[in-house]
Amino acid sequence: MTAPESPAGGEPDEIIDCLGQRCPLPVIALARRLPELPVGAVLRVLADDPAAAVDIPAWCRMRAQEFLGTNGPAHDIRRTQ
Amino acid sequence: MIPSPVHLDAATAAPLHPVARQALLAALDDGWADPDRLYASARRARQLLDAARGAAAETLGVRPDELSFTASGTTAAHSAVLGGLAGRRRAGAVLVHSAIEHSAVLHATQRHVSGGGAASEVPVDRLGRLDLDAWSRAVTEPGVALAALIAASHEVGTVQPVEAAAAACAAVGVPLYVDAAQVVARTPVPAGWSVLSASARKWGGPPGVGLLVVRKGTRWESPWPADEHESGRAPGTVNLPAVVAAAASLRAAAADAAAEATRLAPLVDRIRARVAAEVPDVEVVGDPERRLPHLVTFSCLYVDGEALLHALDRRGFAVSSGSSCTSSTLRPSHVLEAMGVLSHGNVRVSLHRDTTEADVERFLAELPGIVADLRAQAGVVGL
Ligand SMILES: Cc1ncc(COP(=O)(O)O)c(C=O)c1O
Repeated sequence: MTAPESPAGGEPDEIIDCLGQRCPLPVIALARRLPELPVGAVLRVLADDPAAAVDIPAWCRMRAQEFLGTNGPAHDIRRTQ
Repeated sequence: MIPSPVHLDAATAAPLHPVARQALLAALDDGWADPDRLYASARRARQLLDAARGAAAETLGVRPDELSFTASGTTAAHSAVLGGLAGRRRAGAVLVHSAIEHSAVLHATQRHVSGGGAASEVPVDRLGRLDLDAWSRAVTEPGVALAALIAASHEVGTVQPVEAAAAACAAVGVPLYVDAAQVVARTPVPAGWSVLSASARKWGGPPGVGLLVVRKGTRWESPWPADEHESGRAPGTVNLPAVVAAAASLRAAAADAAAEATRLAPLVDRIRARVAAEVPDVEVVGDPERRLPHLVTFSCLYVDGEALLHALDRRGFAVSSGSSCTSSTLRPSHVLEAMGVLSHGNVRVSLHRDTTEADVERFLAELPGIVADLRAQAGVVGL
């Protein structure tokens, strides 16, 4: 990875930094913050625990939020409801 | 009050079957000599070893000379993969395998790849079912030496379409290795394989005994230094008392397998239904229908898997987990990852012949409170 590309192909509305945190902490941080953003907003979670790459998309599926993609430690989520 | 222990981790190791215990004790007295020597005690040991092989082969429906005892299910898997590849060197260097093989198979695969070989991984769907179309395409590629498919997932219980996968292999002349550790002595072993492995501690045999079966006509070449034991397939003296116990308990467990499956499968159904209904924000994973009779896995949102294991242990429940925090590598289970299901807060429950309905009821009664307490402590209630 040279310049970090946005997984969503655009800039997120907000970034939360969970680097160094172990799962489930990044998912908990996501679950706390996303509902505070307006519907349609994109939240980027920075998390380098390998489980985050599995658990963030799974959380989006369980909560019917839109998972936009992952690039390295960056995981982008759009609030859909 | 310290709760009485309930072992719910048979998929790692079932408690010793009474037949295994009896056979082990008898064989400690009769089976210490070297079966290859030419004196009376050695001949006695040879008889025990031959009888054990005969019994195990008969139970699996194979020829005795096709079956070798190994030092574990892991070494049997290593031998199956590396020996199957070595024997088909001239056909190619590619190993096709599912994404949900046991780590023993994946580690042997890594060894193969780091030695210049190649591997082709076939995905599974969200329920942990092999993508058969991708499998058929993968085994049809040029240069495939061997294909490896687990009979049923040790982590989520999903039974794999082994016979269809075997047909795809047979159509192109690729031998199939089946890791049958979770199905032997539990459910009928599917047909169509050339190499098979199993592990005695999964059926109530002693730890440290594996089975490796290489069908006649299969090109298999030992990956180990030359050694005469076990038809040249498993180097070193066998642990004869343990082998005798493994074979005796295999026969006993296989004879009871259908009845046990009929007893345990509804208990697993009950766990699947009640956990989903009574624990909020839980994902019960694996195929609800085509699954092992004794194994169920679920993940609890926002719960730390290690904390959950410890909390269950304090209440007397022994279970295992695919969560990253519970693994030495701190990576989530590659099986849960391949399925794309929640990996934290993961619990695998696996039942055995001593598991009672009361054990399951106590687990189901206590689990929701244990999960709720952990969530309350972590401040994640209502998220
Ligand atoms: C599917 C599967 N394969 C292989 C093994 C390895 O067997 P063992 O524990 O005897 O080394 C196990 C058990 O850990 C297993 O579940």
